[in-house]
Amino acid sequence: MWEYTDKLKDHFFNPRNVGEIEDPDGVGEVGSLACGDALKLTFKLDAKGKIADAKFKTFGCASAIATSSVLTEMIKGLTLDEAAKVTNKDIADFLGGLPEQKMHCSVMGREALEAAIENYNSGGKKKHELEGNVICTCFGVTDKEIERVIRENNLTTVEEVTNYCKAGGGCGGCQSEIEKIIEKIQGDKITEVPVSALRRAGKLTNIQKIQLIQQTINEQIRPALRAHGGNIELIDVDGNKVIVAFRGMCARCRLTEFTMKDVVEAKLREFISEELFVEEDKESAQQPHNHRE
Amino acid sequence: MKTIYFDNNATTKVAEQVLEEMVPLFCELYGNPSSMHTFGGQIGRRIKRAREQVADLLGCEPSEIIFTSGGTESDNAAIKGTLAALPHRRKIITTRVEHPAVLTVCRELENHGYTVVEMAVDKYGRLDLVELEEQVDDDTALVTIMYANNETGVVFPIEKIAELVTDRGAVFHTDAVQVMGKIPLNLSKSNIDLLSLSGHKLHAPKGVGVLYVRKGTRLSPYMLGGHQEAGRRAGTENVPGIVGLGKACELAAKNIEQENSKVKYLRDKLEHAILENCPDSQLNGDKENRLPNTTNISFEYIEGEAILLMLDKYGICASSGSACTSGSLEPSHVLRAMGVPFTAAHGSIRFSLSRYNTEEEVDYTVEKMPQIVNQLRKLSPFVAK
Repeated sequence: MWEYTDKLKDHFFNPRNVGEIEDPDGVGEVGSLACGDALKLTFKLDAKGKIADAKFKTFGCASAIATSSVLTEMIKGLTLDEAAKVTNKDIADFLGGLPEQKMHCSVMGREALEAAIENYNSGGKKKHELEGNVICTCFGVTDKEIERVIRENNLTTVEEVTNYCKAGGGCGGCQSEIEKIIEKIQGDKITEVPVSALRRAGKLTNIQKIQLIQQTINEQIRPALRAHGGNIELIDVDGNKVIVAFRGMCARCRLTEFTMKDVVEAKLREFISEELFVEEDKESAQQPHNHRE
Repeated sequence: MKTIYFDNNATTKVAEQVLEEMVPLFCELYGNPSSMHTFGGQIGRRIKRAREQVADLLGCEPSEIIFTSGGTESDNAAIKGTLAALPHRRKIITTRVEHPAVLTVCRELENHGYTVVEMAVDKYGRLDLVELEEQVDDDTALVTIMYANNETGVVFPIEKIAELVTDRGAVFHTDAVQVMGKIPLNLSKSNIDLLSLSGHKLHAPKGVGVLYVRKGTRLSPYMLGGHQEAGRRAGTENVPGIVGLGKACELAAKNIEQENSKVKYLRDKLEHAILENCPDSQLNGDKENRLPNTTNISFEYIEGEAILLMLDKYGICASSGSACTSGSLEPSHVLRAMGVPFTAAHGSIRFSLSRYNTEEEVDYTVEKMPQIVNQLRKLSPFVAK
């Protein structure tokens, strides 16, 4: 059970400003049903350019609903310039704190607010668009967004980034990318040894090399394939030739060739040796368990 | 406020009669059954009796019962113990809807070079036995498939599966923690080789479980140390837990009829009324082949954790397959394996009943549920105005 503050519970059980403003000056919609939470924020300005009214509709857990409710309270009476300065931390603080794993709810609130302001500034035309390159495909989080939560909340681990914006919380395939972003921003503040620490040693024995290949497949490759219903198995290692078999969805996927070169080979080369190359085991591709579903 | 407990697939109340049996074993009869003195030695008889009580419920020999610390240990011991005993076989078959105590273990073994096949299920949560048959080959060491699903209550045709698997020379294990006391078993007439059960799911305390090992099944011990449990599970026996579990099995045998009549009646009433009174709600799972105590219902456009908190305000305890309740960000792997849309999976609620539930509790919940759903839908951006 989550530890929620009384204030959060109050805003969940008695949410303020529920609904949609008719003919609003700004509309911000973020999140989706698939992601597990979504927020639609609408506001209306008064003659002096201050937010006269704000309303929300939220699909999500108790903390998503409470952060939305509290956000509408916080921004009323602010000018748009003032509102634009509200951070996710401000929202969480206003509720007396949020459980770490729920911080993404406060980020969603801030994103919706931004989207609504953006929408107003574009004369009601602009819908919220993702900025930057998508890093986490499971939850559609971009590098810009990840960089921002890291800066604003002084995050130093992948787990924290996941708590704040969900990135890396699905298949986990992008965790090493997130690590690189953290490293870029935080530099020497990082105390934990990253999971993708360079393991490439000088000269490897055959046994060490095979173990490292298996480990790289386990940690770096399989999670990403699994997310798409697929899998990979290490069949054999012959010199620099790594023989693998694709299972599940991957076995029937026309992108196998791409996956093999772009994902498997690239990762093995990054972590072990530039000389490695990958081949698919044709024999095991004939076995019945490659053609399931 | 009165607590209405509809979360019996998570854990159950310890039966009063079970507790009574256990109490003397803490401060009076606290000896170690392995000791040479009478004070300790007499405890052995209590364990023997508990073993017989469990064997009676399962329809097996007492010597086929190993006491463990719970369902998770039993699953780990069954899977790893079988693989260690059959080192030349490298394939494991399981399903995508297993409990993490099985699924996580299998996925970890994959990292050690085992081939793991996770069988898919259809939209009702059912397995394709023809496909399973094709999968079991000479390299298959173990097939591990749950008896009934903890989230949906869907029951697999385990006897048929056990026969099919063992005919092909593989070992068959089933996690039956949700089934005990709900479905009658007779393991002497079954092809099941290994079966896990857990005390706290059938009104015994937490921290005790059983692994049934059919006579002649090769299994390497998983927990090493002393000679307890005939050398098959080391560690000083959890005597009060074991005695409590024995009593709980005795009671379960007596109450199995009630589980399938009274509990099932209450479950059906609850389920029917909720589906009837809450628009855009749907049942998850196989209506026909199901545990008598479990129902899993999805409510569109709203999220499970929020529903649970609203229920909690009325003292009603249930659980959800939503991402937010688990601390992970993805909804239930069981519902996703069944192809339940994300939208419905996020808004799924499981009610699991026991013989301690009453009709008043069901009626009260039926009254509150539509209010809660309506209240949350008023907040949802996905509900048309």
